[in-house]
Amino acid sequence: MGATVSHDDHGHHHEEGFISKYIFSMDHKMIAKQFLVTGMMMGVLGMMLSIFFRIQLGWPGEESTVLNMFLGDDWAPNGILDRNMYLGLVTIHGTLMVFFVLTAGLSGTFSNLLIPLQLGARDMASGFLNMLSYWMFFISTCLMTISLFVESGPAMAGWTVYPPLSALEEAVPGSGLGMTLWLMSMAIFIASSLLGSLNYIVTVLNLRTKGMKMTRMPLTIWAFFVTAILGVLSFPVLLSAALLLLMDRTMGTNFYLSDIIVGGEMMDYTGGSPLLFEHLFWFLGHPEVYIVLLPALGITSEIIATNSRKPIFGYRAMIGSILAIGFLSFIVWGHHMFLTGMNPFLGGVFVFTTLLIAIPSAVKVFNYLTTIWKGNIVYTPGMLFSIGLVSTFITGGVTGIILADSALDITVHDTYFVVAHFHVVMGLSAIFGMFAGVYHWFPKMYGRMMNTKMGYFHFWTTLISGYGVFFPMHFVGIAGAPRRYYDYSVYDLFDKAQYEMILDLNVLISIFAILGAFAQGVFIFNFFYSIWFGQKAVQNPWKSNTLEWTTPVEHVHGNWPGPRPEVHRWPYDYSKPGAEEDFIPQIVPLAEGEEDH
Amino acid sequence: MESKFIILIVIVLGIVAISQLARVYELAAKLKGKKEEDISDSDNRMNARMMFAFMILFFGTVIYFYTEYGRGLLPEAASVHGVEQDWLMNLNIFIITTVFFLTNFLLFFFASKYYKRKGSKAYFFPHDNKLELIWTVIPSIVLAVIIILGLKNWNEVTGAPSEDAEKVELYSKQFSWTARYSGEDNVLGDFNYKLVNDDINNPLGVVTRVTMETQIEALKAKIVDEKAKLNSDSLVFADDIEYKMHKKVERLSRVVRRLEEELASYNDSLDIPALDDKIVRGDLHLKVNQEYEFQFRAEDVIHSAYFPHFRAQMNTVPGMKTRFKFTPTITTKEMREKLQDENFNYVLLCNKICGASHSNMYMLVQVDDEATYDAWIAEQPTFKSTVIDELNK
Repeated sequence: MGATVSHDDHGHHHEEGFISKYIFSMDHKMIAKQFLVTGMMMGVLGMMLSIFFRIQLGWPGEESTVLNMFLGDDWAPNGILDRNMYLGLVTIHGTLMVFFVLTAGLSGTFSNLLIPLQLGARDMASGFLNMLSYWMFFISTCLMTISLFVESGPAMAGWTVYPPLSALEEAVPGSGLGMTLWLMSMAIFIASSLLGSLNYIVTVLNLRTKGMKMTRMPLTIWAFFVTAILGVLSFPVLLSAALLLLMDRTMGTNFYLSDIIVGGEMMDYTGGSPLLFEHLFWFLGHPEVYIVLLPALGITSEIIATNSRKPIFGYRAMIGSILAIGFLSFIVWGHHMFLTGMNPFLGGVFVFTTLLIAIPSAVKVFNYLTTIWKGNIVYTPGMLFSIGLVSTFITGGVTGIILADSALDITVHDTYFVVAHFHVVMGLSAIFGMFAGVYHWFPKMYGRMMNTKMGYFHFWTTLISGYGVFFPMHFVGIAGAPRRYYDYSVYDLFDKAQYEMILDLNVLISIFAILGAFAQGVFIFNFFYSIWFGQKAVQNPWKSNTLEWTTPVEHVHGNWPGPRPEVHRWPYDYSKPGAEEDFIPQIVPLAEGEEDH
Repeated sequence: MESKFIILIVIVLGIVAISQLARVYELAAKLKGKKEEDISDSDNRMNARMMFAFMILFFGTVIYFYTEYGRGLLPEAASVHGVEQDWLMNLNIFIITTVFFLTNFLLFFFASKYYKRKGSKAYFFPHDNKLELIWTVIPSIVLAVIIILGLKNWNEVTGAPSEDAEKVELYSKQFSWTARYSGEDNVLGDFNYKLVNDDINNPLGVVTRVTMETQIEALKAKIVDEKAKLNSDSLVFADDIEYKMHKKVERLSRVVRRLEEELASYNDSLDIPALDDKIVRGDLHLKVNQEYEFQFRAEDVIHSAYFPHFRAQMNTVPGMKTRFKFTPTITTKEMREKLQDENFNYVLLCNKICGASHSNMYMLVQVDDEATYDAWIAEQPTFKSTVIDELNK
């Protein structure tokens, strides 16, 4: 670890070979880039899978050469998607997006990049653990990808992998080798996440530069910090859930199994409970939502303030709401289980705690609105995506109120209404946050600028297609259309009017999904093109206050060639009356008579 | 194969072409001295106007969807609690729609108004305790209302059923539903998954002395059969199959042992509630205005009993009983007239991922008037006549 941790005030400048610089790097900036590119690749894969099942949902039963080309004759004979593979696609799409893209891709990238840079640290507390964290993540992505090519198919029990479906291969073929790989991949992923989170927490607590009080940290860091704490406290629970499931599958235990006859075979399991798994899973699963969302909100806070040229409104309230959301996220998991047979009284308690989360969330939204009010908005692509995030956070957030209300959840539980809700509030918002972060910090990562015009095109097409996909889903769901259905032909038996509506809306949704996917091609092109051919960046392109923009454009090991910067003020002194410029970096000492925030 | 090759070439050429265009753009920008980080006034104005245009488009579409699809074309609630729940749902939708329009309007309006242009400046406004208090307190009050109304409804829906609620069991397995009516005594006979046996018409594992004895014999026969296969000289199995067969013998032996223990302490009076139970595999028939208490069970994996028209849902979980109660209020015939749809039916859908045919796991539900229902239920054979009498023959 010696080469990386540098509490002293001298940067390291030693030559490195290709392998230690680009592959087994212990430099947080390189690791951030590794997380980003791996996360993007998983994102492309996850999106492709979603297009495959959207083709099935939009045009059920029609032959598709695209499906046949990618999935082959086994899984898409004559271009018609196999029923089991449909479930496999849904499952792996969810797993990849939630864990690999929006947890590792988002948090891994920006926590790694920004925690040392914005705090004035030379690197993470442990560069070695940081490297280990990335490579374990990489191995887990490999295992998950490999599981797509297993003969009996990938895991098919939905991303929540509820047993007994996920425990018994007689129940669904994906619960054979595919599920074993899923569990192994997730176990390694969790280890990776824990290493990363521990590192982030220690770095934030110990390695802040002189003057960087906790109340002077940018909101990005606050968000990453709380996210890391959530991860450390909740991921181990998923690990134990996964290990118990693995034991049920391979060692003959029955933690989750009881009184089962499957595939005509009478099993002799007694005393296990599938509800145990659901509790353990959602004990992680709900904090996970905020593990995904908080970094995106942190990124947005920073970008909105910078590009509105205004301080973020209510800095302390923003910190307070991050902490409140973080705390509450641990006592709401039961709202996923209102209708599982859990005691209804307990359900009532979870209604109360869940709806409480709406309060800090509302505070955040109103604070964002007040920040852009009377601002001087500069429309960088990052800013556009941040505003998009606020919109999707509102739109997706309000439907959460219906789902959190157990009485109303009875009708919409496990329907497309839920799919719409979490895709808008968690999928779109988090991915918008990630895009915003990439556009904003690309100059810091690669020393070049991304193309703005392409960024505009990317934003507007993504916003329109994102809403185009997920808004109509609310209506499909409130009609009572269950999720994870291969097709809706059963509706033909009981309500033709609804059947037609579902068919129509599904076509619309699929078309927008395909458009949206193509729009992401523009982003990916822009990203890789700009790495090599983009315009060279200047040191502080967005005229921002935070410390990362005081480092040289060319990366140096240890971040600052000279001594570490000293911080004298909070990061949001934009357009402060009396100042010449509309920004005052954190390293500028307070003028005489000037008040700190 | 050829088509794939051509597609690949087109994609590669496309990327090259776009790269060249981008290159031209970069060079032109360089000549003009324009930098990516300097967002021009015209770009700011363009995006600000787009924000406004998007808002109009977005709100217009949302209003169109509300008027066109409303509650997703779901017919009115056909149960007592469903009517109240719909009222609550509409109230909640009204509240969230208001919040949605209000906050999204402010967002896009500010975004379109306060863009950077020549001479514009931002207003330094870091915090204001009064404002923050307002938007903490107001959501809290609204949420308090939502929580109180919601919990009131929830407690009623999940509370104990009245004494004249009729008990019906719904049994789920991949990929079908089976119903069991409790008969005249309104008590469901006991069950034991180890007794499930389709050969003797006992798909739900209803417990009686006879079904227990028969099942023990049947399982013993299976064990003998399996052992014979294993010991046979003419049959050779692959290692893993042979291992599985050994396991199966062990497993079934354990099941038999447990059943024998249970039989030893069995009290014949437990037979009685089971005798008049009626197992129904076709449509589920319900009597209008009759409260029902459903008991749910699952045979293999978790399923979910979802009755969208009655606003009712409950998971079915292997190894435990779950419950839900509701009272249907509109007969199928009346609903067909209301909807002017001769083919309309109530339905029970599976709403928890359960395997390949998840989307085809359903049971149609008929809500009958009293006379029709009574005639129908009288026709259904009892457990005694379909199983016990047959076995005793």
